Amino acid sequence: MDQLMANLKRQIIAQLNLKDLKPEDIGDDQPLFVEGIGLDSIDALELIVLLQQEYKIKLASAEDGPKVFYTVRTMAQYITDHQPA
Amino acid sequence: MKGSPVTNASASTGPSGAQGLHAPVWVAGTGVISAIGQNRDQCLQSLRLGQAGMAPMQRLESIHKDTIPVAEVKLSNEELAAFSGLAPTSSRTALLSAVAALEALADAGLVGAGARDESSGSRGATSVGWRTGFISANSVGGMDLTEDFYPAFLADPAKGRLRQVIQHECGAATEAVADLLGINHYVSTISTACSSSANAIFFGARLIKHGYLDVVIAGGTDSLSRFTLNGFNTLMILDNAWCKPFDENRKGLNLGEGAGYVVLVSAAVAATLKRPPLARLSGYANANDAYHQTASSPDGTGSFMAMKGALTLSGLAPSEIDYINLHGTGTQNNDIAEGTAIKRLFDPTYPPMSSTKSFTGHTLGGCGGIEAVFSVLSLQGGYIYPNLRLETPMKELPFEVATTFSEGRPINHVLSNSFGFGGNCTSLIFSKL
Amino acid sequence: MVYIRSIGNVSPQATFGAEGRANFGTTGFEPSGTAASATGRDLITPAAPAVYTGNRLKAIEPDYSKYIDAKLIRRMSRIIRMGVAAAMDCLDGAAAEPGAPTGAGVRAEAPQGAAATPTTVGASPGRLVPEAIITGTAYGCLEDTVTFLRRMVENKEEMLTPTAFIQSTHNTVGAQIALMLQCHGYNNTFVHSGFSFESALLDAQMLLEEGQANNVLVGGVDEITDTSHTILERFGLFKRETVSNLELYDTKTKGTINGEGAVFFLLSKEPGGLARLDGMETFYKPTDLEDTTQHIRGFLNRHQVSLAAIDLILLGINGNILEDEAYDLIRSQVFPNTPVAGFKHLCGEYPTASAFALWLATQKIQSGLKRVLIYNQQQQSHHSLYLVSACGT
Repeated sequence: MDQLMANLKRQIIAQLNLKDLKPEDIGDDQPLFVEGIGLDSIDALELIVLLQQEYKIKLASAEDGPKVFYTVRTMAQYITDHQPA
Repeated sequence: MKGSPVTNASASTGPSGAQGLHAPVWVAGTGVISAIGQNRDQCLQSLRLGQAGMAPMQRLESIHKDTIPVAEVKLSNEELAAFSGLAPTSSRTALLSAVAALEALADAGLVGAGARDESSGSRGATSVGWRTGFISANSVGGMDLTEDFYPAFLADPAKGRLRQVIQHECGAATEAVADLLGINHYVSTISTACSSSANAIFFGARLIKHGYLDVVIAGGTDSLSRFTLNGFNTLMILDNAWCKPFDENRKGLNLGEGAGYVVLVSAAVAATLKRPPLARLSGYANANDAYHQTASSPDGTGSFMAMKGALTLSGLAPSEIDYINLHGTGTQNNDIAEGTAIKRLFDPTYPPMSSTKSFTGHTLGGCGGIEAVFSVLSLQGGYIYPNLRLETPMKELPFEVATTFSEGRPINHVLSNSFGFGGNCTSLIFSKL
Repeated sequence: MVYIRSIGNVSPQATFGAEGRANFGTTGFEPSGTAASATGRDLITPAAPAVYTGNRLKAIEPDYSKYIDAKLIRRMSRIIRMGVAAAMDCLDGAAAEPGAPTGAGVRAEAPQGAAATPTTVGASPGRLVPEAIITGTAYGCLEDTVTFLRRMVENKEEMLTPTAFIQSTHNTVGAQIALMLQCHGYNNTFVHSGFSFESALLDAQMLLEEGQANNVLVGGVDEITDTSHTILERFGLFKRETVSNLELYDTKTKGTINGEGAVFFLLSKEPGGLARLDGMETFYKPTDLEDTTQHIRGFLNRHQVSLAAIDLILLGINGNILEDEAYDLIRSQVFPNTPVAGFKHLCGEYPTASAFALWLATQKIQSGLKRVLIYNQQQQSHHSLYLVSACGT
C-alpha cells in the first residue's frame, strides 16, 4: 500500500504537471481537491485516464470521481480493490 | 463611403440619426443546414414533426462509431459542393457554411449584393451599391481536413498533402465562402467556442449600427471532426443515447454539425427590399462567467448577465419574452447553470422555452447561427418548438420546458442563448417589426 | 479616435516590462534619413537587439511567476503564458500611470451572487481590471491543438486526456485573462488571418464609441510551434539561406522569417496616455496596385493628414523580394519622401504582426515622434493601415 501510494504521488504530479510539488508534499490523507492540493474537475478527468493507463482500471462513472480521488489513500484503496486479476 | 473600406472616419459621426447603439438592424433573410434538414423548410418540417437528427455515425470515421451517436448532415462533401458551387476539396466547415449563407442571401433577395462592381472599381457594391460584409464563426476551422493530413505528417514531416492543411485556419472557411458570394468589403471570423456565431451576429449588427456596412451575412458553421468528438469525450459529457436537455436524468450532449446565417440590413436597405424584413435584432449582450475554463458557475453568473444585458439593450422586461431558445446542451452543468440564471431573471413567470439541440445536436460554432434562424422562424410562424425526450423535469427548477410543437401563437420577442468554453456567454433577442 | 493608455509585449526582442520599453527607448532611429540603409529604408534597432540567423524567431519569455499563479500556469501552453503575461504587464502599466483616471478601470469585484471560484486564485489585488477583453489570433492555441491531435492519432482515439483539448480552444487566452482578473465584462476573440488583430481593434473602438466600456484590453497573439513552422516552411514561406534578421531587407531573395508574439493595449476614449490611435482601416484583396494606392490615399484624406506631417511610416516589408517589390512601388507612388522603416526584422512575419507594429509606433511616439503611419499586408490579400499620433497634437 505504501509503495502504491508513493507511486501514485509521482504519477499524479507528472500527469497533472504539478511542477511546484514534490511527492512528499502530498500527504497520504490530504484531500487532493479544492481545500487540499487544489485540484479541480479537469484534474479529476485526467486522473480517470491515469487509472486506465497505469492500472487498467476504468472508473464506471465520472460521478464516482470525488469519492475515489478524495485522497491518495482512497485512490490506492480503490486500485487495490479493483485490480484486475 | 463609396469604395472605401471600413473606416474609422465614419464612426466619428457618432450615435445619431440612423446610426448608433439604438439604430434598428433588421433581419432580411435566413439560411440553415443541419442534421434535420438541408434548408429552412426541411428543418422546420422536422421541428414540426418532432424528428431528431441523431443517428449512428455515417460519414465521420471514428472508433466511437457504434457507441456515440451524432447529428450529421446527411449530404456528402461532393453533394454539398455541387449544391453550393465550392470545390469538393473544400473543408466541410466551408461547404456547410456556403449552403446556408447562399440560402440566407437568396431569402433576403440580395444575391450579388456584395459583388464587386468592376466598372467603378469599388468594393461591396452592385448597382444598388450596398457595402456588404460576411462575418462568420467556427470553432475548429478546417480540422476535418487537418486531422486527415496529420497521420501522414506525424509519420514523416515531409509527407501529408498540403492542400488538406491549407484550410486549417478558422478564417479560411470564411474567406472561401466570402469569395464565393463575391463579398470583399469586409470579412471577419469569430471563435469563442459554442457562443461563436451568436457573437458574429451581434458584431455584424454593430458594424451596421456604426455605419460601416449596409448588409451583413452573419452566423456560423462547424463540421463534425474526430478532434472535437474525442475532445468532448475526454470531458465525459457526451451522452451515449440521444440527449435529453433539461431532464433530471440528462447524461450529456450529442455533437452535431451545420451552419446558420441571418442577413442583417440597415434601415436604408430594408426600405428597398421587395418584402418587409422578417425581424429586428432588438437586443444582444456578451458577458463572461469568469468561473472555470469549461464549466459554468452553479448560479449561472455569465448566463444571467448576458440575458439581462440583452433585455436592457432591447428595453424589454423579462415578461415580454415569448419564447426562449435555450442553449440547453444536455450536460448536467450547462442546464442547471442556465436554468438557475433563468430562474433568477424570470421568476415567477416563465415563457415557453426549449432546446432545439434535442433535434440538431450541439453544433458548436454553428449553433448560435442555427438557433438564430429558428428564433426568427418562431416569430414568423408563432412557433414553439418541442424539447424532445423530456421525461422528468429538473427537480431544482420551478419551470418546465415545452414538449410539444405549437404554432400561430402571438410571439413578439424571442431570446436565444449561446454559452461557450472560456465562460463566454451570449444572448440575442429577435423581435417582430 | 481612441487613446492607448498602456502596452505590454512579449516578442522575439526584449520588449517586455519597463526594461523592454527602455530597450526601445530613444535610440536606434534617426528620422533624418541619414541612417538609411542601402535599400533606402531606415533600420530600427533597439539598444540591445536580439539577433537571429535562422528563419524562425522565438519570443523572449519573461519570468512568469510574477504574473501567473503556479496553480494556473501548469495547464498553460506557451501562447497562453505569453498572452496572459503581456496582458498583465499592460494592465500594470495603466495602474502605475500617475493620476490614472477613475473611468479607466474598475477593481476586481464579483457580481452579486457570484460563487467561489475553485480554479482561480482570485483577482490580482490592485491590478486594473478592464471592462472588456478582446483578442485577435489567426492560429489560436496551436501547441495544444497539435498535442491533442498527436495523442488522438497515436492512441487511436483512446485514453485521451482533456487538458490539451480544453486549452486548444481559440478563445483560451482571452478567457484565462478574464478568469485571472475575475472580469465578467465583454469578451471576444477574432480569428481571421491577417485581420485578426484589426477585427479585435475595430470591436474595441466600437465598444468605446458606444459607451459600453470606458477601457478595453485588446491584443494580438500568435505562436510558432515545431509543427506549424515545418508546415509553413513546406509552403515555401521562409528563407532557405542563413540570414541575420538585422539584414533582412537586404537579402533580395524569396521567403521571409517566421515570427510570433503577444501584444496587448489598454484603450480608452479619455484623452491621455501613451499615444492616440487616430484610425485603423483594412482592405481585403485589392484588385491591383492602383486599388491599393487609392485605399492608402483615401485613408490619409479621411484623416486629413498630409504626408509632410508624418514623421515615420512603418512598413510590413519582410525581406521577401516578391512582397517587398510591391511595398517599394507603393512607396514610390504614394510617399516617396517620407522616412520609412520595417518592423518585421524585429518580430518576424506572422498574421498578428501588425500588433507589434502598433506597439513600436507607440514607443516611437513616446520617444518624440508626432505622427506614425503603419501599412502592413499579408499574402497580398489582407491590408491594414494605422495612424498613430502623439496625444495633444
